[in-house]
Amino acid sequence: MTSPDYRAVFLEELCRIAPDIDPETVGDNDHIQDDLELDSMDILNLVTALSERLGIDIPEKDYPAISTVKSAADYLSRQGA
Amino acid sequence: MPSLGADMEAGRLVEWLVKPGDTVRRGDVVAVVETQKGAIEIEIFKDGTVTELLADLGSELSVGAPLATVLAEGEAPGARPGAPAPSPPAPENAKARAAEPDVAPATTEPPEAKPAPQSPPASVRQPSPVPTAPPAAPGPRRASPAARQLAEAHGIDLATLTGSGPGGAILFADVEHATSGARDTKASPIAEMRKAIAAAMTRAKRTIPHFYLSQTIDVDPAIAFLERRNAGCPPEDRILLGALFVRATVLAATKVPEMNGHYLDEQGFVLSPAVNAGVAIALRGGGLVAPALIDAVSMTLEETMAGMRDLVGRARAGRLRGSEMTQGTITISSLGESGAEAMTGVIFPPQVALVGIGAPQLRPWVVDGAVVPRHVVTLTISADHRVSDGRKVARFIAAFETLIQKPETL
Repeated sequence: MTSPDYRAVFLEELCRIAPDIDPETVGDNDHIQDDLELDSMDILNLVTALSERLGIDIPEKDYPAISTVKSAADYLSRQGA
Repeated sequence: MPSLGADMEAGRLVEWLVKPGDTVRRGDVVAVVETQKGAIEIEIFKDGTVTELLADLGSELSVGAPLATVLAEGEAPGARPGAPAPSPPAPENAKARAAEPDVAPATTEPPEAKPAPQSPPASVRQPSPVPTAPPAAPGPRRASPAARQLAEAHGIDLATLTGSGPGGAILFADVEHATSGARDTKASPIAEMRKAIAAAMTRAKRTIPHFYLSQTIDVDPAIAFLERRNAGCPPEDRILLGALFVRATVLAATKVPEMNGHYLDEQGFVLSPAVNAGVAIALRGGGLVAPALIDAVSMTLEETMAGMRDLVGRARAGRLRGSEMTQGTITISSLGESGAEAMTGVIFPPQVALVGIGAPQLRPWVVDGAVVPRHVVTLTISADHRVSDGRKVARFIAAFETLIQKPETL
């Protein structure tokens, strides 16, 4: 998978966890907590969904790495390589 | 129409999940009602057979209005008095009886007030005692049946609307809003929710003599416990600090029962034998709900976490149940892992205490005579002075602190 593929997967799972978020309005550098208002339970659900879908383990210490769409795509690309 | 919140006056019936002839058991989800706080599932309060649906989809019904007739086994249809009026005014004490999740009683007598909140039975929609909320499924826009019907009647494409219900669900009021266009004077659902919150909080501050006690608590032992426990755990088995706070609150409430129950106008304080822990959940776009984990004392830490995940998932998806919205006996409001240092909250009536927890902060702390960096949280208890005093609340705080510093006991 390429970085754009991971970006698409991340955005898709993000919008499944938070169905009231319109993916068209999410910017690459939007912070999932500060800008998109996900709380810690939402983030855990997002990590669970990404882990199940991609088979990539995201330990708690790495949560900051998925705090924006761009950083998450980069992180997932590295982990999935 | 049951009261689904302290200041609910009416609700709109948007979905029937039973039909005449169906057998129902106490606790079954039988209907969905849209309120100012979103769509809520209505559970039935007795076993029996549905003989008649008395309310039409889309109708706005006052609290206390009959929804359906249910006859118990062996009860003859003729045994009941004549069908109740379709929309009687809400009984004066209905709001105080927020703990009563009923549908329409088979008689015209108003339901008796419960002496104390109780654990509800399992709902037919509840897949397991501690379900894990799945993410909302992708696909067509979710909308209530009444909203779909109205959109169809006006030729409105649901895809063009922004849903204001939990999880972005399109509510009847959203379609109504769209159909009324520029001449619209009705508030949007989000504005309606703010109005409901405003009414409940104004009432709380006007009628409950609040007082507050705060304490800053070292939570490094709890954080270290979670780091150890969660390391190597798959995400679905991880536990958040918030679950430890809920668990500590629940166990502390068993030690100081004056913090756990309802204050009712007629009876005064009614202590609850069960601890139904309300969990405040902020909704994106504005608004707040506080559904309860019913009988949380009987849960393990893992079950508490699973229950919280389930509540958050269903709050986002607009699938909370009436009993969860009304039977809370003490509420926990946590600012999460980032945010302000302390919060002094407003008690959710008819409860008598609210536990406000600020975000963890790294602070210099004295441990064994030496100053060391520690993560601390500020715990602020809002309490009802009609029921408790400073000494009781201080005991609650001490119990909470002892518990949170020995997280393995939670």
